[in-house]
Amino acid sequence: MRETVTIARPHAKPRALTEPRWVRYTLTALALGFLALFLLIPLVAVFWEALSKGFGTYLASFHDVYAWHAIKLTLIVVAASVICNGVFGITAAWAITKFSFRGKSLLLTLIDLPFAVSPVIAGLIFVLLFGLQGVFGPWLRDHDLKMIFAVPGIVLATMFITFPFVARELIPVMQSQGTEEEEAARVLGAGGWRIFWRITLPNIKWGLLYGLILCSARAMGEFGAVSVVSGHISGRTNTLPLHIEILYNEYQFVSAFACASLLTLLALVTLVVKSLVEWHTHRIEALAEAEAFEDRPEGADSPHQPLHPHRDHP
Amino acid sequence: MPILLHKRSILPGFGLTLGFTVLYLGLLVLLPLSALVIKTLDMTWAQFWSTVTAPQVVASYKLSFGTALAAAAINVVFGLLVAWVLVRYHFYGKRFVDAMVDLPFALPTAVAGIALTSLYAPTGWIGQWLEPLGIRVVFAPLGIIVALTFISLPFVVRTVQPVLEDLGKEVEEAAASLGASRLQIFTHIILPELWPAILTGFALAFARAVGEFGSIVFISGNIPMKTEITPLLIFSKLEQFRYAEATAIGVVMLGASFILLLVINFMQRWANKRMAF
Repeated sequence: MRETVTIARPHAKPRALTEPRWVRYTLTALALGFLALFLLIPLVAVFWEALSKGFGTYLASFHDVYAWHAIKLTLIVVAASVICNGVFGITAAWAITKFSFRGKSLLLTLIDLPFAVSPVIAGLIFVLLFGLQGVFGPWLRDHDLKMIFAVPGIVLATMFITFPFVARELIPVMQSQGTEEEEAARVLGAGGWRIFWRITLPNIKWGLLYGLILCSARAMGEFGAVSVVSGHISGRTNTLPLHIEILYNEYQFVSAFACASLLTLLALVTLVVKSLVEWHTHRIEALAEAEAFEDRPEGADSPHQPLHPHRDHP
Repeated sequence: MPILLHKRSILPGFGLTLGFTVLYLGLLVLLPLSALVIKTLDMTWAQFWSTVTAPQVVASYKLSFGTALAAAAINVVFGLLVAWVLVRYHFYGKRFVDAMVDLPFALPTAVAGIALTSLYAPTGWIGQWLEPLGIRVVFAPLGIIVALTFISLPFVVRTVQPVLEDLGKEVEEAAASLGASRLQIFTHIILPELWPAILTGFALAFARAVGEFGSIVFISGNIPMKTEITPLLIFSKLEQFRYAEATAIGVVMLGASFILLLVINFMQRWANKRMAF
């Protein structure tokens, strides 16, 4: 039997602890106005421009060999970076949260690096490494391999930009969960893989899902780094964002915004998933708290009593 | 000197996971970064210095850091406001608004670039009202500030919001019962608690804005000496195959990023220490 625990919350706030009504309304209006100007209007503008010549023209924008190729290449790049960075994120989070070792903060700083490095520099370092004048350039040419102005370079640059996301999502989640459950499983004789699949993964799946979604959203939209290493060869090395740039510069605004609307929809899906994951984790936390409350021995505070009995303020 | 500290953990996989992590970071991050160092060492100091202090380059630093500073400052003011409204007030559609704040993290920068450019162009929805007032946004530094404000919008909100949520009501209640006005409570009690979070958000927003490329390409017009930001300068040097010059400017930017990263780490540690009290 589960009884609902209600925590009494006075509806009317004491006046000294909030602002006068007109201040509250003004501040809310200012904040919402700012967000509407910077977030909502640009969002609406993308779809408005894409559909400005009607739905037929909108759909016709995708009947284009180059657009299709750009979409396919983008999907390949996303798949490659999500798989590699997912594996990296899980192993890095495992090493960082389950053990204490020297140089951990240095490792954490390294993982944060792409957040502080300009995407153009991310592209530049791969050009310097694999370009014709680069460190491995002559060797690659002798073996007839191409990294820069080709798909491998695009994948590498995208991986560089997006590798922190899964790790950064998982580290706090695994840190807060501690190591007790895994240690118990170990003591009971479970092997490493079994501990991971049966204990750790179920605990981190929501954080992992959000990390992977965030990683794929960024991989899909990466522009600066990819722009440097791709060489903009239509039908060969153009990802969707680069294709949008070319269309825009050719004044094909409807097509440019049509492709942009596709990426915008995916961005909105990311936001929805994020909200769902947050809602889910909050619910689990609230449930765990309520259960911990119920499990207290008889004779302690009865669950019907509010946690902090509030007296109504005069 | 042992790598593993404390007693040996009974959990398996330390060697495997740390080894893989270090190998991955080594190949993906350290190796490419070392190429940057090797390329820089090819240049003489005089060459390096004349490249990174050329008038066009210095103009780009000023523009990049100036606009990023302006955008981060705008986001401190409005980020604090948005976080405050989201935590303290109740209004219809709050959860929707809360989710929307992360849009700049999820939206590709190129999409943001073309959307903002079409809005603020002289014929655009917003630009048509600013044009008669003589305010030029597109192909002007103001446009860069607008784009940078968009892409760095979530940082201050997301750093301030959790601190504001955890802030105990007790101190405010105590201050109120001692006769403090609402404004006094805000400036003397709440704001001092928020400063570390605000500064961290500012630094994160600034770091992100300085390196931004995708959205600026469209809105700035890339006029040398006027609206050419540093990442764009590096990009155009690369397109002209002037790799050494691009590398030198890249090293300067990377140095600035490292300093920012250190400052952010330091501030986060400071904030954590304060929270521990």
